[in-house]
Amino acid sequence: MARHIVASTSEIPPGGNKVVDVAGRDIVVFHVNGEFFALLNRCPHEGAPLEKAACVARLTSPEPGVYERSRVGEMLRCPWHGWEFDMRNGQSWFDPKRVKIRSYPVAVERGDELEKGPYVAETFPVHVEDSYVIVEV
Amino acid sequence: MSEVIDRPLLEEEKTATTRLRIVDCDVHPSLRSTDDLNEFLPKRWQQHLREYGSHLRTPYLFTTPYPRSSPLIARRDAWPPTGGVPGSDLAFMQKQHLDPLDVEFGILQVLDLFIFSQQNLEFGAAIQRAINDWQLAFWSHRDPRLKASILVGQDGVDLAIAEIERCAKIGEYIQINVSPRANEPLGRRRYWPIYERAQELDLPLGIHVGGYGGHPPTGGGWPSYYVEEHQSNAHTIAAQLASLVIEGVPERFPRLKIVFIEGGFGWIPSAVWRMDQHFERFRSEVPHLKRKPSEYVRENFWFTTQPIDEPDEARHLRALIEWVGIDRLLFSSDYPHWDFDDPRFAFKTPLTEAERRKIFSTNARAVYKF
Repeated sequence: MARHIVASTSEIPPGGNKVVDVAGRDIVVFHVNGEFFALLNRCPHEGAPLEKAACVARLTSPEPGVYERSRVGEMLRCPWHGWEFDMRNGQSWFDPKRVKIRSYPVAVERGDELEKGPYVAETFPVHVEDSYVIVEV
Repeated sequence: MSEVIDRPLLEEEKTATTRLRIVDCDVHPSLRSTDDLNEFLPKRWQQHLREYGSHLRTPYLFTTPYPRSSPLIARRDAWPPTGGVPGSDLAFMQKQHLDPLDVEFGILQVLDLFIFSQQNLEFGAAIQRAINDWQLAFWSHRDPRLKASILVGQDGVDLAIAEIERCAKIGEYIQINVSPRANEPLGRRRYWPIYERAQELDLPLGIHVGGYGGHPPTGGGWPSYYVEEHQSNAHTIAAQLASLVIEGVPERFPRLKIVFIEGGFGWIPSAVWRMDQHFERFRSEVPHLKRKPSEYVRENFWFTTQPIDEPDEARHLRALIEWVGIDRLLFSSDYPHWDFDDPRFAFKTPLTEAERRKIFSTNARAVYKF
């Protein structure tokens, strides 16, 4: 896998996302509670753009009348038919064995670390004071 | 059999390389605001709208009883960047839907909540007339792909007939839309003058499910959950299909074409089998029916595809399509609503090139005469 610098951390505010073209793939990078997740920007059901998805909580109910919210912001709800996916691995909430979004490893590294490595594209502006989001494809 | 089944494929339609442009039988335009109607609404009714508003058979003005999954039941990506509500911006609709999906014709289905079930029938007729003019001025005349329907409320039959005559003279409308939930079941004799005129004019009757019209959405009463209510579109259509067939509408008006819109089609086989079975047992109650209910369904009714039921096994969807009849189905997207179907991915079962052409284009072209 090659590592691609796709954004500075400040470009993607908490709860926001950025769509990037990495090796010809339309990938969307989400910023949730200080973490970054990269997923193919396409719902596996009918192809809806996941950049327009809602970042929601996991809602569970041990029995009728009792409701619990957890993992706030970490579930992705498709903008069309409402299919829900786990941001961490792209697996669907209702059928995790069969339905998933392609997900990609993400890392955040400081610009001064990157500067020493081989991953700085010639045309990419690197400011050593920033941190960068790296997606592996 | 119907003209649709028998229509041969043209030579140029037979090759797989011929581009398949789609006919989308369910595209929803929205008013930006009721002010859009002012130029089409007499001052007397503008004033009425301001001072008295809607008086519907459903509670609460301009609302459904709850938000229904997403605001304005719309796709999250369908809100125009220029502001306004989904479906209200033609340029955005062209860019997001008509152009990329290669829509050759899109049939407008106006759903704004106050159109069909006004208790004040004269006010209702004025709104319907304004909406019919608005469809041409704001949509069809600005993009000839978009086709308008004559919206009429069937509970004021004389007013409906007058509006049908007015619009038919204009000559640009491609069907007559009536409420899916009138005061009474749609097969009732009081509504027949509308069906008679539709047959004479050779304009299909479009019936788009949704709304309440004062009736609970299920036969059992008011549901607790949206997911529960959403199922009821199928029940509603099934009940109206039975009413129309068994009260004798297609027997009386054999050339009338009826298109059920947004009711899906998964429920059709069992509904039709049951009607046929009951017909054999109780035919002395309905001697006006000369043929089995299924025969009327196969000749007078068409069904738009969305929402498509998605069984776990593709072959079950395939069997369903064959049972309903490949010639009965008209593709619809339901843009810009949340349960929109993308024509590239909607059918999760293999279709031959000829079958795709029928569902996505030629069936609708024959029904609507494009």
